[in-house]
Amino acid sequence: MNRWSYIIMRVLQVIPTFFVVMALVFFMVRLLPGDPTSAILGERATEAMIARGNKELGLDKPLIVQFGVFVGHFFQGDLGDSINLKVPVFRLILERMPVTLFLTLYASVLAVLLAVPLSFVAALRRDTGIDSAIRGMFQIGLSMPVFYIGLQLLTILGARWRLFPIGGYGETFFEHLWYLFLPALTLGFNLAAILMRNLRAAILEVLQSEYVDFARAKGLRSSLILGKHVLRNAVISTVTLFGLNIGGLIGGAVITESVFAIPGVGRLMVDSIFGRDYPVIQGLTLTFAVLVSLTFILTDIVHAQLDPRVEVT
Amino acid sequence: MNPQTATTLLELRDLRTVFHTARGALTAVNGVNLSLHEGEVLGLVGESGSGKSVTLRSILRLVRPPGKVSGTVLWRGTNLLELPESRLRKVRGGEISMIFQEPMTALNPVLNIGEQITETLQEHTNLSSQDRNARATELLELVGIPSPKERLKDFPHQFSGGMRQRAMIAIALASNPKLLLADEPTTALDVTIQDQILKLLLRLKDTLGMGVILVTHDLGVVAQTCDRVAVMYAGRIVEVAPASELFAQPRHAYTLGLLNSVPGAQSTRRPLIPIPGAPPNLANLPPGCPFSPRCPYVTNACKLEQPALQAISSTRLSACIHFDRLEPVNAQPPPEVQP
Ligand SMILES: Nc1ncnc2c1ncn2[C@@H]1O[C@H](COP(=O)(O)OP(=O)(O)O)[C@@H](O)[C@H]1O
Ligand SMILES: [Mg+2]
Repeated sequence: MNRWSYIIMRVLQVIPTFFVVMALVFFMVRLLPGDPTSAILGERATEAMIARGNKELGLDKPLIVQFGVFVGHFFQGDLGDSINLKVPVFRLILERMPVTLFLTLYASVLAVLLAVPLSFVAALRRDTGIDSAIRGMFQIGLSMPVFYIGLQLLTILGARWRLFPIGGYGETFFEHLWYLFLPALTLGFNLAAILMRNLRAAILEVLQSEYVDFARAKGLRSSLILGKHVLRNAVISTVTLFGLNIGGLIGGAVITESVFAIPGVGRLMVDSIFGRDYPVIQGLTLTFAVLVSLTFILTDIVHAQLDPRVEVT
Repeated sequence: MNPQTATTLLELRDLRTVFHTARGALTAVNGVNLSLHEGEVLGLVGESGSGKSVTLRSILRLVRPPGKVSGTVLWRGTNLLELPESRLRKVRGGEISMIFQEPMTALNPVLNIGEQITETLQEHTNLSSQDRNARATELLELVGIPSPKERLKDFPHQFSGGMRQRAMIAIALASNPKLLLADEPTTALDVTIQDQILKLLLRLKDTLGMGVILVTHDLGVVAQTCDRVAVMYAGRIVEVAPASELFAQPRHAYTLGLLNSVPGAQSTRRPLIPIPGAPPNLANLPPGCPFSPRCPYVTNACKLEQPALQAISSTRLSACIHFDRLEPVNAQPPPEVQP
C-alpha cells in the first residue's frame, strides 16, 4: 500500500471514533449537576422562568430528540450557538483556536529544545553531577502539577522580577512569542521531562550499539556520529511518545490559559463548563478529538519516515 | 613474499588492553607483539574469547571504557595510541578500515547504504556530492552487488546477509585503505556465501594492494587465504608461522590441540580430538603458560613462568618450551592423557 492510501485509510478510521466522542460528550455534559438556564438566570429564578428558558433553548425535549437535532445540525456544518455568548460556536472556536494552537506548538518546540540537548548532555555525562542535576530538575517537573509550575513562574519571573508579562497574548508574532513564553514554558516543561527521560535512555542504548563503533571506525567526527547516527535512531521511540502526549498538552493548555489569562479555547472551555454552555463544550471537545486524532496520524507518518523498517500496512 | 625484506606496515609492541570492571581487572590483550607487511594477509586465530576482536579494536582505539589500551601501535612510523583524535580520524577509515563480524548490527538501520558509503567518502576525500554517488555505485559493483545504482537507496534490512557483508566491505574499501582489519567477516554467513566473500576479499586485496589482518576461528579459512598465521590464546600470541608451515607442523601445544580439534583444515579425514578443559579466566590467569592447565605436554617448568614468544627458526615464533617435542597433527595425543 502506498503512503497516500495509508493516510486516507487512517483518516477514515477516525470517523467512527469521532461519532463515539460526539455521543459521549453530548450525554456527559448533561450529567453535570445544574443546567444552562439556572446558570444564566441565577439563584432567584422561579420554576416558571426556568421552564420558559428551557423551552426557548430546546432543552425541554427528550434527550434523544435533542441528540438528533445536534447530529442533524452537525451535518449541516452547524455546531449550534453559544447559550451564554449568543454567537455561533463555530465562530467562537475559529476565533480562539489560533491562540491555543500557538501556545501548544510553542510549548512543544520549547519542550524539544530543552529535551534534546539536555538528554545528550545527561547521556554523555552519565552518572556525573551534571546528569543527576538534569534528571533531578526533570523529576521535579514530572511530579509537579502544571498549574503549580505556572504559578511559580508567574509570581517569580513575572510579578516579582518583572521579566515577562503576566497575562495577555500580544498583537504581532514576536509579541506572541514574548507574551506566551512563560505559559509555553509551563506547559512544555512536563512534556520536556517525559521526552528527556525517554530520550536519555534511548541515547544510552544507541551509544552501545555496534553501528556507532563502525561509524567511529569509518573516521567520522563525533558531532556527526551523535547528530546523525545516534539521534536518528534515538528519536524514533521518542516521536511516538511525543504524539501520545499531545492530548495531555491540550489538557494542560486549558489550565495554563486560565492561570495566565490567555484568551484561547482553554479559557473558553473553563468558562463554558461553569456556565453549562452545552453547545460550546460539545464543539470544543469535538475539535480537541479531531486535533488529537490528527496528531496521532501525523506521529505515525513521521515515525514511518524516521524508521525505514516500519512497513506501512 | 619474504617477511625480512618487505616493508613493515603495522607493528604492535607490547599491546595490552585491560578492562577495569567491578569484579577486578580483566586483561583481554596481554602484551601482544606482532607485525604485518605491505600486501600481506595475516590470520589471527584462537578460540572465542581469546582477545582477537579486542586486539583489532585496540589498533584503531575503538575499545570503550572501562577498557584501557597501552603499548605501541606503530603505523607507518607513527604510534596511533598517542595520536590526537583529529589525526586518528584520518587513519580510521582512510588508511585502516575495519569490517565487523555481524553486518546486521554494524550497519546503521535507519540510514540507506548509499549514505553510509558516501559519508565515509565525504570524510576522507574531496569528491563532489555527485562524484561521491558515482563512486558509491562503483564500490557496490566492485563487491558484486547487482543493480548497484538502485541498491544505494536501500536500507540494510532490505539486503540479505551476504549482501550486507558485501556492503560493509564496500564501505571499508571506500577510500582505498592500506590495511583492512577483518573481524570474522564470514562467520555470520552460510558456507557458499562465505566462500564468495573470501574470494572477493582476496581478489580486492590483490587489486588494491592492501595488507589484511583476518580474524577467524575457522582454520579452513586460514589455510585458504592467509600468508602467515598468529595464534592467540588468553590474550597472548603463542605462535606465529607461515600458514603452510603451521599446518604442516604446529610448534605450540595449543596450536596442535586446535588443529586436532577441527575438521577441514587438512585434506585427510581424521578423528577429532577436542581440547580438554576451558580457556582460563582472564581476570585471574594461572602462573606460567596460560595453556598449561589444559596441556598434554605440561611439565613443572611450564608452570613456573610465562614463556616468552621466541624465534625458533628464521620464519617462526613460538611461546612453547616443548615446541620440539610436539607430535605431528594426525597423531594421537601423547600417552599420559590417554584414558
Ligand atoms: N567491553 C568489554 N568489557 C569487559 N570485557 C570485555 C569487553 N570486551 C571484551 N571483553 C572480554 O575480553 C575477552 C576477549 O574478547 P574478544 O576479543 O571479543 O574475544 P574473541 O574476539 O577472540 O572471541 C573476553 O573475555 C571478553 O569477555
Ligand atoms: Mg570476536
